[in-house]
Amino acid sequence: MERYIFYILAVILIVSAIASVSSKKMLRSVIYLLFTLCGIAGIYFLIDYNFLAAIQLTVYAGGIIVLIIFSVVLIHHIEMELEVAKLSKKIIVGLACAIGLGVFLTTIYSHQFNVVENYNSVTTEQIGLKLLSYDEGGFILPFEVISVLLLAAMIGAIVIAKGKKMEDGRPKSEVLNEDK
Amino acid sequence: MILSINIVENNMLNMLLIAAIYLGIFSVAGLFLVLLERKVAAWFQLRLGPNRVGPWGLLQTMADALKLVSKELTGTVKADKFLYNLAPYFVIISSLMALAVFPFTQEFQAFDINIGIFFLIAISSIGVIGILLGGWASNNKFALIGAMRSGVQTISYELSVGLSLVTMVLLTGTLQLSEIIEVQKNGWLIVQGHIPAIIAFMIYMIAGTAETNRAPFDMVEAESELGAGFHTEYSGMKFAYFFLAEFINMFIIAAIAATVFFGGWLEPAWLTPLGIAEVFPAIGVFWFLGKTFALVFLMMWFRWTFPRLRVDQLLTLEWKYLLPLNLLNIVLMALIVWLGLTIQI
Repeated sequence: MERYIFYILAVILIVSAIASVSSKKMLRSVIYLLFTLCGIAGIYFLIDYNFLAAIQLTVYAGGIIVLIIFSVVLIHHIEMELEVAKLSKKIIVGLACAIGLGVFLTTIYSHQFNVVENYNSVTTEQIGLKLLSYDEGGFILPFEVISVLLLAAMIGAIVIAKGKKMEDGRPKSEVLNEDK
Repeated sequence: MILSINIVENNMLNMLLIAAIYLGIFSVAGLFLVLLERKVAAWFQLRLGPNRVGPWGLLQTMADALKLVSKELTGTVKADKFLYNLAPYFVIISSLMALAVFPFTQEFQAFDINIGIFFLIAISSIGVIGILLGGWASNNKFALIGAMRSGVQTISYELSVGLSLVTMVLLTGTLQLSEIIEVQKNGWLIVQGHIPAIIAFMIYMIAGTAETNRAPFDMVEAESELGAGFHTEYSGMKFAYFFLAEFINMFIIAAIAATVFFGGWLEPAWLTPLGIAEVFPAIGVFWFLGKTFALVFLMMWFRWTFPRLRVDQLLTLEWKYLLPLNLLNIVLMALIVWLGLTIQI
């Protein structure tokens, strides 16, 4: 049963990944990308790693894809189609992909995978405790570093969004234009 | 009605059966909610509401559904056909998936996942993609504006829904819905958590109403401004999918509130000595649905009481009031749990 579900998910993943890079319509590629991300979440669910699967759905499918859709919707008209790349570029990209695939396959086949007999599914509680523990193997430092990084990004976004300085409730450039 | 996941493990036929039962619940609840909305609206406006088809108009929405099935599926020539047809399924599948994790009684729960609440939040963040797609692929200005408004609204209010539920998770110490109900055998969480729990509940109901794009937050399909918003170009069953999903989402928001704040299928504490639940456990469905429909009624009450907000007012409400209040509330709840000031019955 699980094997069949895995194969179904794998087919969905591969087909939608290929469709995502080869589609000529921008929003369709985004949706194929969404299918790929949901497929990965499905594989996490299959190996009983529920927390990571839900994170995958919230952050990638719900967050990033929605933001990408937003930017596409704002800048892209429905009748526009993406240009087809030149043949030389296609060949270079194909070669790069083949090399990447080769590296992955040799690594996977040269590594000895051990089958774990009995395993415990990780609970959210364990993840939370590990994330905030400052003992050996705890993740408190990366956690704090990431939060500082996110704070910096947030302040940056606010500064950009605030834009020009206002004078009498109007942008400065508008006031200057009137003076001329 | 024993449907818990450990009994049916790996059994294909049972899985299909459960899926069929849930689809049945889904469509019947959807149709019933539409009727309820019309009846409630009528009461609030001193009308009678639908009263011709069947006794008290009970079969009115059935007739409407049959009509929608038989209608022609029109589409626009210049639409992006693939995405246009895909969009309704996104919306309806995401709300159907959310329905699977609710415990209707102690035994009647299809999927008791150990990250219950988090799964619900994750699923609800996907539904908006369907609305964005439908609005854009219709190639219609009104639909696009409606979809953009919906996107902005859902992304903003998702945060408040999530944070107000996190406040309650501080009390339960678990995300699993069956265990959350187990915790509430010492009193419903809204009693256990008293002041911060009530604040969290109010924020949750406001944000939940906004997340389902219902009045007074229905800028998405503001009739006077946008025609019908993101589903302007849809007809027949595809329109019905959007319509049903909206009502099912309302049911889901109310069901989460009933489970997390009001004890789910648990009976009120003053009824426990009678011991009805021990003799007849299926009575839990009655309590669960009773609480849920009381909250659904509350959301319908909102609709006929408050005027529609403007987009800027909507965003101000979320980012300047609800979000800071929510963060403060989490700290307050953490203090109360830490100091052991919860009320246990």
